[in-house]
Amino acid sequence: MSAPAGRARPQAPALDLGALIEDRETRIVVCCGAGGVGKTTTSAALALAAAEAGRSVVVLTIDPARRLAQSLGLTELDNEPRRVHIPGGAATGELHAMMLDMKRTFDDIVAAHSTPERAQAILDNPFYQTLSSSFSGTQEYMAMEKLGQLRASDQWDLIIVDTPPSRSALDFLDAPNRMSRFLDGTMIRLLMAPSRAGFKFASAGFLLFSRIVSKILGGQLLRDISAFVAALDTMFGGFRERATATYELLRRPGTSFVVVASPEPDALREASYFVDRLSADAMPLAGLVVNRTHPPATAALSATRAESAAEEVLEAGGPDAPLAAAALRVHAERMTLAAREQHLADRFTSAHPEVAVRTVPAAAGDVHDLDGLRTMAAALTGADEDTPTGTPRTRILPARRG
Amino acid sequence: MSPSPSSARLHVVTGKGGTGKTTVAAALALALAADGRTVLLVETEGRQGVAQLFDTAPLPYEERRVAVARGGGEVKALAIDVEEALLDYLDMFYNLRRAGRALRKMGAIDFATAIAPGLRDVLITGKIKEAVTRRKDGRPVYDAVVVDAPPTGRITRFLGVTGEMSQLARSGPIKTQSDGVMAVLKSPQTAVHLVTILEDMPVQETADAIDELRKTGLPIGSVIVNLATEPVLPPDGLARAAGAGLTGADLAPALAAAHLPADSGIADALAAQTVEHARRWTAQDALRDDVEALGQPTVELPLLTGPMDLGSLFELAGRLEEHLLVADVAA
Repeated sequence: MSAPAGRARPQAPALDLGALIEDRETRIVVCCGAGGVGKTTTSAALALAAAEAGRSVVVLTIDPARRLAQSLGLTELDNEPRRVHIPGGAATGELHAMMLDMKRTFDDIVAAHSTPERAQAILDNPFYQTLSSSFSGTQEYMAMEKLGQLRASDQWDLIIVDTPPSRSALDFLDAPNRMSRFLDGTMIRLLMAPSRAGFKFASAGFLLFSRIVSKILGGQLLRDISAFVAALDTMFGGFRERATATYELLRRPGTSFVVVASPEPDALREASYFVDRLSADAMPLAGLVVNRTHPPATAALSATRAESAAEEVLEAGGPDAPLAAAALRVHAERMTLAAREQHLADRFTSAHPEVAVRTVPAAAGDVHDLDGLRTMAAALTGADEDTPTGTPRTRILPARRG
Repeated sequence: MSPSPSSARLHVVTGKGGTGKTTVAAALALALAADGRTVLLVETEGRQGVAQLFDTAPLPYEERRVAVARGGGEVKALAIDVEEALLDYLDMFYNLRRAGRALRKMGAIDFATAIAPGLRDVLITGKIKEAVTRRKDGRPVYDAVVVDAPPTGRITRFLGVTGEMSQLARSGPIKTQSDGVMAVLKSPQTAVHLVTILEDMPVQETADAIDELRKTGLPIGSVIVNLATEPVLPPDGLARAAGAGLTGADLAPALAAAHLPADSGIADALAAQTVEHARRWTAQDALRDDVEALGQPTVELPLLTGPMDLGSLFELAGRLEEHLLVADVAA
């Protein structure tokens, strides 16, 4: 009797980012994932590839590393897209880049929705100043707001968004709603009540709440909040509508999410949460980019075989034996690392067999110029089978046969 | 019990995402717990990374033992839940726990913790301060408190937010509370440690964070270089591969002894990987000068192969323990 056949490991479908960004129907690509996985570089590289494929594209970056920002011509944070000069003339499209200034974006919304006097009162309010510059959800909210503005201006046929370096990738989706709930919500209406003339009744709940808030925060802060909310009165509804509209934009055809992760347990777990959430919210997922992988230059030699070959080489001796043995050990380490990364990627695929995957090998150094971005863009958008080792780009190591 | 390996009692561990700050914080807690000391490891970001490292069930909002160390030492862990911390706070200062529960139903707690600017960080740092200063029978309950803090990009705001909050709330209990927290954070019993790896961006972010922390007067501890590797190549081979490079033809004669498959592709692939390894290592090694230029005590933790388990944590803890002793003598 033959051994029962093990269930075949699910193979991840190939993620074709080249087709995604070339498709004129694609209008928004959102790159999300845990902090430190390379979301910003991925966004910038995709934008460059799209421009070189003839699209007119703008990339909204949140917090780019200094040198990457410089390479995109973003020497100052001015909250407006700037055209990036692409030397070589290979680009048939246009690349624009901008860095989000969350305070400025918030100030602009205030200015756009109130009279100049009212706007000034809001901008001068100490509570507003803290809210707009240091509240942890403001960045996500403003990123979403800016995305809405860029889309509404209809100046670009593709917008690529990098997401803020949040505690959790889900914050990008959750913070705007939380924030608009706050700005529109019951709590703040209750808070503003004391500043309204003619407010004659108050529930016991509100009195308790007000008492506690003033106990915790102090009466003066409460007065600042009330004044802020009173000044904001005319904008109520506006916030919720805008946040809802942008959220809906993310569910429309034409939007795609690209989840980025490094081949590490934490980053892939975060990616997993995010994928589940997108599916629960019926948001369109393009696939998973496993960034900074370490595929070997050849998979024809196993780690074990390389280790024993290193010993054989050393035993035989000769002037170059130590170097050749070391080269074999480098390979053995690389195979072990690649096997671990592939194992982690496989675990993700077992849980999410429908999610398309693209692996992107780690660059030798940091990606901080257009050449580096172009190399990364090629790895992101190249054909799945087109690799020097023949291992498809969906994988780090070839699938085991049999 | 021997003297503590460090004069600081509050150790705040930060680092860029992906540098392994949670692992380092856990190893540091183990190091400080050696020789019978009691250490509290505080998780601030609700990720349950500590529970995963120590292979235990998700941590409740409660100080719970996760590991024992040499000489009867122990590490307790606490994952701060902001809502619970607020209820605690209402109870502690105003005897309002029951009212707090009613407020939760109204969504007021959500409002206060998720929305009121900085309140979340105030509650977390307030809880940390309470643990650091808690005393029983005339001595501190914890010999040290280690905080797995937010990443470098947000660390100054996280630690300084109480200061910001006290500017915003110019009077009232939050003001008193924030002032108390800032007094502990800025005292010599605090050390903010920065975890980095030998790559451009994390090293740059570490430098930026140190500048910011210095400006706000927060005491900086050590720079911990995590995931450091040793070169596989002998020194002359390293220089050759990183410099002029190698080809398959250079390696082929020596490789012949191993009777590898007769495929010239293998020698070329090995050469290419060796060059990449040598260049990567050389670039990393060059960053050691940048780390040294930061002017803080520095320690390197090796990249361990295999999954991170308790054994690996103790291995890292051993290195940190040695470093803390040396760093303190130097200080």
